[in-house]
Amino acid sequence: MTTEIDRQWTTRLRRRAEGKLPPEKLLPDTQPSYVSSWIYVFGVTTLAALMVVIATGCVLAIFGPQWWHTSSFGHFVNSLHLWSVEIFFFAMVIHLWGKFFMASWRGGRTLTWMTGVVTFLTSIATAFTGYASQSNFDSQWITTQAKDGINSTGAGAIFNVLNLGQMLMWHIVLLPLAAVVLTALHVLMVRVKGVVPPFADEKVEAAR
Amino acid sequence: MSKSFRPDVDAPEWRGGYTPYDIIKEGTIALVVVAVLTVALALIFSSPDEHAVTIKTWSNATPVDFAQTALSELNGTSGTAQYGAPYNTASDGQKLGPLSLAKWVGVHQPVNTIQDFVIDPLTALPDQSALTQALDAWRGATASTRSGWVDNYTKAATQMTYAHGQIVVPATNAGPVPLFINDLTMMARSGALDQALVTQHGFYTTNYTKPLLFLSDGSYLASLAQKDHLLGTQWGMMNETGSYPGQAWLWLYTFWYQVTPFSTSANADVQVWGVMMLLSVVLLFVPFIPGLRSIPRKTRVYRLIWREHYQNL
Amino acid sequence: MSWFNSVGALINLDHPGHFLHWHFIQVSVANALVMTLMVATFVVALLAPFPGRRSRKENR
Repeated sequence: MTTEIDRQWTTRLRRRAEGKLPPEKLLPDTQPSYVSSWIYVFGVTTLAALMVVIATGCVLAIFGPQWWHTSSFGHFVNSLHLWSVEIFFFAMVIHLWGKFFMASWRGGRTLTWMTGVVTFLTSIATAFTGYASQSNFDSQWITTQAKDGINSTGAGAIFNVLNLGQMLMWHIVLLPLAAVVLTALHVLMVRVKGVVPPFADEKVEAAR
Repeated sequence: MSKSFRPDVDAPEWRGGYTPYDIIKEGTIALVVVAVLTVALALIFSSPDEHAVTIKTWSNATPVDFAQTALSELNGTSGTAQYGAPYNTASDGQKLGPLSLAKWVGVHQPVNTIQDFVIDPLTALPDQSALTQALDAWRGATASTRSGWVDNYTKAATQMTYAHGQIVVPATNAGPVPLFINDLTMMARSGALDQALVTQHGFYTTNYTKPLLFLSDGSYLASLAQKDHLLGTQWGMMNETGSYPGQAWLWLYTFWYQVTPFSTSANADVQVWGVMMLLSVVLLFVPFIPGLRSIPRKTRVYRLIWREHYQNL
Repeated sequence: MSWFNSVGALINLDHPGHFLHWHFIQVSVANALVMTLMVATFVVALLAPFPGRRSRKENR
């Protein structure tokens, strides 16, 4: 007989979460023995770079969008933000190549692959709005050029790249929020399904 | 394994061993390494920050280019004046095959180059009786009279010069247009036009649509960009000012602009966007696309990644 | 934070860039370096031995 507690939404959600992702799966202390290559470090490196990007972005946010033009410390923080973004994309693209050549969508991991791709595209949009929010010559040129591409799709009606306030809001609120949520989903999916196993060996298979 | 096992879709169940793997330690090391590397790169290379161009610097550097641009806003030949959606209805804009996407969505960032870039800013100039009379004459004239004045000025403007602080054009029967172009140039050179274009909606603003459109209608901004290899024809989207690395991840997007049919197409922007959208969807759905999803198994790069595993079989 | 004024950039990149031209391909030396480094890192990640990982076949 089910009790009132068993029927609670809260109880059901907790049990479902515990079933899907028990603590030993969320934070495992072992990995299958095939997890033995440097290619596996680029996912976590991307995550680390994202943390540095967000931390340096927060410092820039504290002082406001004009600060880095006038303060040498501000310029240094801007440099940290730029280079952490370069490392972020560097690591993310190598992670993507690695996961492609492992066909890591196998075994019910298609959503993990797809959230990864959407995160990649979201990151490109986030970086673009960052370049558009610089309020210097670079952003003047980039936005006046990019407007033609975005306008030609019809999206320019809503997404006006020449509107600094709008680009800054997308860059520091909407897109980072999307990127972080997508990244969290992506990482949780990896933990739920585990790391994709190797392809079966043809000779071993044939011998069976 | 069952007969329906699809090697590019299904994964064999792992029945082998597990070894200790400290993911929190790995993550911490990664964070420290990335943080140190970031600080090192920032200290070694810094970051670019070229000052923004103002209409003041533009009109002082090349007053004739500014005045010609101002005239193009008045006679409707500028890029913005002829743009179409989302700024105006002057043209249909770009087409993706039969689809006029921008036109269908319509005008949502309205810009009237005559009013917004010339008449309104001049109206904001205080206490200039000659200019006030000229503006009154403009407002009182019929559309055909106005276009007659503008046409006469435009024909003579091929001989435009800048001398003794004045824009000089040997135009006759041009009504108030010579005064408009000269006063707007003076206004631009003083810096007042920069302000007038952003303060049309009141004291506060974060929207630079109008001054940026005006600036990009001239050739000054592009001439600076060309020096930095930022033009679209120079693979500029992935480049950065100075000698810094840029958005290298845009290599494929900027690549399409360099090759036919896109490099010669009047609809290149929307076509390249179409191609990139399609390729993004392909990347998203790689796990479902036969052939594409077999590349990893066929190329056998995985034998390198899991070489220890296969050696131990 | 005045010491940042004195530090500045050790290598000044605020000068016109160098570009590689090959047929219709133009790429800045900075971008070419970044992309070469990416491919090189990928290849090294595939080939370099991963330390401290003896594959033990025991089951848990």
